[in-house]
Amino acid sequence: MKILVCLSKVPDTTTKISFTDNNTKFNAQGVTWILNPTDEWYALVRALEIVEQQGGSVTVIHVGNAEGDQLIRKALAIGANDAVRIDVEPQDAFQAAANIAQYAAQQSYDLIMTGKETINYNGAIVGGIIAEILELPYVSLASSLDVNGSTATMKCEIEGGEETVEASLPLVVSANKGMAEQRIPNMRGIMTARTKPLSVIPAFANTQTQVEVVKFEAPPTRGNVHLVDPDNMDELVRLLHDEAKVI
Amino acid sequence: MVIFYIEHENGSLKKNCYETAAYAAALAQQTQSQSVGICLGSVSAESLAALGEYGTNKVLQDTNARFDTEVDAGVLAKAVAAQAQQLNAQYVIIPHSYLGRALAPRVSVRLKAALVPAVVEMPDTEGKFLVKRGVFSGKGFAYCTAHTTVKVLTVAANAFPAIKTGTSVAEVQNFTAETTDTRVKRISVEKLSNKVSLTEADIVVSAGRGLKGPENWGMIEELADVLGAATACSRPVADTHWRPHHEHVGQTGVTVSPNLYIAIGISGAIQHLAGVNSSKVIVVINKDPEAPFFKAADYGVVGDAFEVVPKLITALKAYKAS
Repeated sequence: MKILVCLSKVPDTTTKISFTDNNTKFNAQGVTWILNPTDEWYALVRALEIVEQQGGSVTVIHVGNAEGDQLIRKALAIGANDAVRIDVEPQDAFQAAANIAQYAAQQSYDLIMTGKETINYNGAIVGGIIAEILELPYVSLASSLDVNGSTATMKCEIEGGEETVEASLPLVVSANKGMAEQRIPNMRGIMTARTKPLSVIPAFANTQTQVEVVKFEAPPTRGNVHLVDPDNMDELVRLLHDEAKVI
Repeated sequence: MVIFYIEHENGSLKKNCYETAAYAAALAQQTQSQSVGICLGSVSAESLAALGEYGTNKVLQDTNARFDTEVDAGVLAKAVAAQAQQLNAQYVIIPHSYLGRALAPRVSVRLKAALVPAVVEMPDTEGKFLVKRGVFSGKGFAYCTAHTTVKVLTVAANAFPAIKTGTSVAEVQNFTAETTDTRVKRISVEKLSNKVSLTEADIVVSAGRGLKGPENWGMIEELADVLGAATACSRPVADTHWRPHHEHVGQTGVTVSPNLYIAIGISGAIQHLAGVNSSKVIVVINKDPEAPFFKAADYGVVGDAFEVVPKLITALKAYKAS
């Protein structure tokens, strides 16, 4: 079983988001970068579990500049066997996905996994683009994944419920909460990660950006909170009906 | 031409379908074009024709029942992209739903079109194309331009109101879609009985660690029932398995944007706020007056959830009965 796990670099979940240069750029000053949570906690850990049970290898791939190397080392410390970094800072999801797809096309992975979506751009696009370029089946937002021979079974969130689906390998899967439990790298993992292979390769052709952010905007701030007496819930109901008009 | 994807289930159009139809119609009007819905599967011609009330000009339908349970987005994408090409569509509008998130990237690759996901407003189409979308998990918005002639947009849930614009009837025409073998098979569906879908809900009732234990969720369920709301929870509650993980709202869980979000016993960590920021009205019930959530709320009740929630239920029942 050969598994490729796609890792994105995102601002830490506690980051206060702000913008600079007349709101045209994300203010990265003082920001701590982390692996995208669903990539690390669910996609990577489940990939490792499958390989631990069935044998094989887990390769992690990241599209970005050398700043990502320490995050890649973390993924190696958690247990991935080797890593690839495509040396271009992606400006949109297509650029990242198209590079990963072209790299994967030269290999032969049974599974390509991503997280549900990144917490900075929230597009949930990368897995679908990789799958279509490689003409592979794609299952998105899977909260469980079991592989038996050449068949994968997944539970997926849908509106108001869950469905169980089956697909044959090779397959692209995006991982949602529930697929695995977060792993903390141990000292031995951290030590061995230093010597695991990390190859850096240049960007592929035909991976130009399609979408460009022209400017950012902070969300509108809410006015002061209107406090309601806890003994007067009739008043809250009245406000929600008459003033807010939401019930 | 603006085409949009019609999502349906058990023969009925889904809520997001009306929002998508209204968005496509507004975009067609803005660009002096037509909006055409693509329907794959069994939906009555009558309910498709009624999309005319939301501004849809025409619906193309392939009534082949194999599409009703099709979960391979690759099969659907092939059919949608072929229609887009045939109609020379400039815009393809898809809901940012569970299915839409698998479908849209595949359609965009087939059409060599840029994909802008989760848009929240109509684009500016005069001069440079510009459209607003949510980024940083609700902590910001980005105005995006797209470098391709054809553009695929997914529309965020509850962002664009499904407004009836008239009493027109959409013309419904049959077509036969190109198909391929399905590679993803649905084995079973488990619907949570009588539950409102969290991502589509108009009202969400959410509770956190302040509830002290899973046995105390009865009043949360009852409050949700009275309001016709979906239930949700904070991350610690899902992580300790008090509630199922699909109810976890926040940066690493589900992002919601209902008209009304009621947070009970949730302190309001920045990661939770990120997931609910785009709610139109937020009510916070918490016994700690210093809870950070109050700063992000429209209405607040400082009080013990175990006293306040039953009172709120009584007040709502009285209001509903009047």
